[in-house]
Amino acid sequence: MSEHLNGGQALIKSLELEGVETIFGLPGGAILPVYDPIIDSPIRHILVRHEQGAGHMAEGFAQATGRPGVAMVTSGPAATNIVTPLCDAYMDSIPMVVITGQVPYPAIGTDAFQECDTTGITLPVTKHNFLISEAQDIPRIIREAFHIATTGRPGPVLVDVPKDIVDPKNPRSAMEWYWPESVDLPGYRPLTTGDPEQIRRAAELILRAERPVIYAGGGILKARAADALRELAELCDIHVVTTLMARGAFPDEHPLALGMPGMHGNYTAVTSLQKSDLLLALGSRFDDRVTGRVPSFAPEAKIVHVDIDPAELGKVRRPDVGIAGDARLVIEEMVRAVRSLLEGGGSFPERSAWKSQISGWQERYPLTYEQSEAGDALKPQFVLETLRDSTPDDCIVASGVGQHQMWTSQYWKFNHPYTWVNSGGLGTMGFSVPAAIGAKVGRPDRMVWAVDGDGCFQMTAQELVTAASERIPVKVAILNNAYLGMVRQWQEMFYEERYSEVYLSPDLPDYKMWAEAMGCIGMRVESPEEVQPAIDKANEIDDRPVVIEFRTDSSEKVYPMVPAGLSNDEIIVDPSQGEGGR
Amino acid sequence: MGTPLTTHHILTVLVENKPGVLTRVAGLFARRGFNIFSLAVAPTEDDRFSRITVVVDVESAPLEQIIKQLDKLINVVKIDELAPGEAVERELLLATVAAGPDVRGQVIELVGVFEGRILSVGWDQVTVVLEGHPDKLDDFEELLDNYGIVSLQRTGRVALPKLDRRTAIPPPDPSSPSRRP
Repeated sequence: MSEHLNGGQALIKSLELEGVETIFGLPGGAILPVYDPIIDSPIRHILVRHEQGAGHMAEGFAQATGRPGVAMVTSGPAATNIVTPLCDAYMDSIPMVVITGQVPYPAIGTDAFQECDTTGITLPVTKHNFLISEAQDIPRIIREAFHIATTGRPGPVLVDVPKDIVDPKNPRSAMEWYWPESVDLPGYRPLTTGDPEQIRRAAELILRAERPVIYAGGGILKARAADALRELAELCDIHVVTTLMARGAFPDEHPLALGMPGMHGNYTAVTSLQKSDLLLALGSRFDDRVTGRVPSFAPEAKIVHVDIDPAELGKVRRPDVGIAGDARLVIEEMVRAVRSLLEGGGSFPERSAWKSQISGWQERYPLTYEQSEAGDALKPQFVLETLRDSTPDDCIVASGVGQHQMWTSQYWKFNHPYTWVNSGGLGTMGFSVPAAIGAKVGRPDRMVWAVDGDGCFQMTAQELVTAASERIPVKVAILNNAYLGMVRQWQEMFYEERYSEVYLSPDLPDYKMWAEAMGCIGMRVESPEEVQPAIDKANEIDDRPVVIEFRTDSSEKVYPMVPAGLSNDEIIVDPSQGEGGR
Repeated sequence: MGTPLTTHHILTVLVENKPGVLTRVAGLFARRGFNIFSLAVAPTEDDRFSRITVVVDVESAPLEQIIKQLDKLINVVKIDELAPGEAVERELLLATVAAGPDVRGQVIELVGVFEGRILSVGWDQVTVVLEGHPDKLDDFEELLDNYGIVSLQRTGRVALPKLDRRTAIPPPDPSSPSRRP
């Protein structure tokens, strides 16, 4: 016998059946009826202080766990507040489902209170979105939303829910419960396995390459392909660069690891791509921050490009072998194909000259910075090295966007997948605090640190109130250089030191007091000898959030750097290392 | 509206009949910087689906990229590229032309030559209709313009693949005409 439910109950029940354990959200008029059944549901709801926070928490949760993050907010301004996280998740292919309230269906189009064309606004920043018109469609559409968000190239899906179909006082909310066995989406057939013929051709190229490099992207993590990647790299003895989105996909302490390439990548990672004769681009998308000027990127390299999204193959660089498919399945097949060529008598060419070239670059151009003198402001790199060495190997680190993000990616040793949570494609300042909270909710067993800049922190700090009230013990390191540091760096280097609107002040706001006002432990560190004790103290606190403000050197710049629009050959190394490769 | 066919390709896009689907297609073109030359939408024989016939400018972006991005839209079911020689194409033109008593006979004669029809006659204007291949419509429009076109409305082309009459013989090129990735 079928069960009579109202739309709100059906929506919450559908989320339960999708395995949702946590919703990040904030209620309001149009979504009110859906909040009522939450009281009776085992789902944990985390009440945020701003809807953007809910979206980034859902993203952090998804990045740390691999499961879809879920956020729920009301209509109008709440929906527009969550557009940034949707766009962020779209750019970084993060599985997320966002439920928004909407004015009653008959009121749509009348400029009703808190009405907004949410599906219209979010159309270009979601993998797909839905406006539900009938209560009876709710279970089917929720099922489809999770299916689309989590399969193929993952991404955010938005479901807009008019109030009348969930409000028990409205007859339009009546529905007969069902749960669809499967989804029927005739236009959606995500790929899985790659073309065996192309995989065989890729294996043949590997056996001929003298200077091969694996260019691993975020797709490795999405496909849970880190083990497969390691097997391929070790079998073929090929060095691996991990892009900003792939940090942790290959252990930084592995002898074949070259670290991060790109605009602020290390010299060896950038240059090995430039000089290689075969790039295995696995789950990466030739982003402009990696390639620099495209026509001069890796000019001698043949390209094997593996991506689950066929539109990425040839979008920026035409591959010699393009394989559309799931990174894990394709890499596993590639390992088999290489093995069978080796068993058939094939072998790798002599690569010792290439290897010694790589180790030569590593020796000559390591990441470096000048230690500060006593009494000077802290070096941000020193703070990060100390933090790195004082936290467990599987500690999760979330960052905002800017200099602190690049330094964290450079100086941290990522040895495990899903330990790095950041905003890559969209570059969303303010990402780290809410994302760290989401990650900690998803992985309560792990230590979670947010590394933030002072500019970023001021954008979303209010979510520490959420963390304090929900007892989510994240830790935040603010690298306070009193500036919008990355913008300052560009103005120093490319705008003749004309500093326009980048100064923020070191003590306005007072970060320690602000942290304490939000229910956190607040600390301020100004000299090198205080760094270690403060971090040790923070690591011992596990019942509330902790914020440490580190006063850092505002003149410190991120090196190496490939200026925007230039070739990777024009990389600028730390001034102490001379002219680099030029 | 001359049609430089070398840079224009016809895509017929089968889409689910869902609200907003045209916005999704049009929005994708806008967002990715692809240019649309003409667009026509209509229901198909199956009421679950509509067919969008879109003429795209491949100077703005490679055709392959346009097709692959379109294919990612959840509501897009199937995409076929129709090469000009392998498609039957039609378009409809409505035009109101200045046709005073001195030239009215010439305009009527021109419509007759092109096998169009007169739909409405005023004191000094006529409204005419012509259905045909878009190239033929281009010629007609150019000739009408000598008399002064007051207003013009074209539907944009619709197209279907040419039928293969060699039913006993398998088609020689399996990749054609469908270029679905």
